[in-house]
Amino acid sequence: MHLNAYFIAFKGILKREFLRFIHQRTRFLSALVRPLLWLVVFAAGFRAALGVSIIPPYETYITYETYILPGLCCMILLFNGMQSSLSMVYDREMGSMKVLLMSPLPRAWLLFCKLIAIALLSLAQVYAFIGLGWLVDVEPPLIGLVTVLPALLLTALMLGAIGLFLSSRIRQLENFAGVMNFVIFPMFFMSSALYPLWKMRESSEWLYWVCSVNPFTHAVELVRFALYAEFNATACLVTAGTALVFTVLALMGFKTEQVAKSKAR
Amino acid sequence: MSLSVHQLSFRYGRRQALDNINFNLQEGQLNALLGPNGAGKSTLYALLTQLYSLQDGEIRLDGQTVRQHSRLLKQKLGVVFQQSTLDPDLSVLQNLEYHGALHGLSSRQVRQQADELLAEMGLADRLKDSIRSLNGGHRRRVEIARALLHQPSILLLDEATVGLDTAARQAINRHVRQLCQAQSLTVLWATHLIEEIQPQDPVLVLHQGRLLADDSAESICMQHNATDLSDAFEQLTGLKDSPACI
Repeated sequence: MHLNAYFIAFKGILKREFLRFIHQRTRFLSALVRPLLWLVVFAAGFRAALGVSIIPPYETYITYETYILPGLCCMILLFNGMQSSLSMVYDREMGSMKVLLMSPLPRAWLLFCKLIAIALLSLAQVYAFIGLGWLVDVEPPLIGLVTVLPALLLTALMLGAIGLFLSSRIRQLENFAGVMNFVIFPMFFMSSALYPLWKMRESSEWLYWVCSVNPFTHAVELVRFALYAEFNATACLVTAGTALVFTVLALMGFKTEQVAKSKAR
Repeated sequence: MSLSVHQLSFRYGRRQALDNINFNLQEGQLNALLGPNGAGKSTLYALLTQLYSLQDGEIRLDGQTVRQHSRLLKQKLGVVFQQSTLDPDLSVLQNLEYHGALHGLSSRQVRQQADELLAEMGLADRLKDSIRSLNGGHRRRVEIARALLHQPSILLLDEATVGLDTAARQAINRHVRQLCQAQSLTVLWATHLIEEIQPQDPVLVLHQGRLLADDSAESICMQHNATDLSDAFEQLTGLKDSPACI
């Protein structure tokens, strides 16, 4: 097929994801309300209980709200990635997945387009949340709003890829509850999103190590540093590596053979 | 454009869904695929559309094997699945645009084609309506229009009239026959409704994964000294059901 067909397909998939998103306004609202609750309500309680020392990239003492902002941005990306995965499972159950799979374009390209579409939608939500954060006096540096963009995009791609991989494995909508319990919650809570790792180490050495190897921790740190115009190379490598691995796994999961095997079960 | 199937077999685990199927679709005609529920029709469609990968046998398009030219087949095929695959959250046009984009058609190309196709289907004024607002018959027509959007040579319809009333079924059947004549479209029409088949139609009778007959409806009746296709079907399969609906 002509090269232009690839671009047209990309635009088509992006448009469909956008249209579905604006049809699901409650999804947008809940994507913002969830982290806002953490930022305004939970943080108020946690601030009193937790002290945050000066740790990179911060150069001075910061409020707890400031500390959790990058983690909450990643929370939006995490939930959005999994939500998109849920919609893929829904598409499969409803049959509309067949429309995608019947395209003469390579399946790898179609999934890549889907991944980018998920990531771009997630980014819009994150920036909306950062804007709301401004209203409650959580103000990252203005330059950070620009420098954080590549970090957010990479994180969105990583989480979107994990979501697509899960959707290639999950056959029924009902099984998706397990994703909440076994993927979203452990990934989020066993990371540096809500508390710094040294704090975690004070309470449990093994939990600290689990958090240290959690790719979500690295994604949060990547975003945290980028928000202050700094670069965390280790976090970037781990996030990019995880994104690559799960993209490949997702592509393998959507190969024709897997569709056939699933029916055979 | 010719589509042929050679020694096609498929298993779900131990269960044999298709067993050594061979046929050639008659070009520019409505080829009926007749079989009761569970005959293997949907499995055959899943193989033809490459939603399942081939296990044994071969599918050829103009002599070229699908294993080697899978994208070519997808370009040339238009498909209406048994289960609706329209996105109910989107409008008619948005559904068509999405399908068109996946086949490399720009919005302008889609719009031109869509206007024409929907006018033929009697849905010209429903372009911006939500899919949810359409009744079952209209949804099916939109699906057929969508399947024809990228101008395929072969149209596969998997029980496309299931769940529709008689008038809607007849209208869709009539329209597809007109397409065969006007555009030399080759159609594979899977059904379990004998009333949808005309005497001159090429018919494939599928039962328990095996192809029991491959001829015109009237020839099949003559070969079995049957009073009608329903009678011939009974003799072929041993099933005794309503003559109009297997």
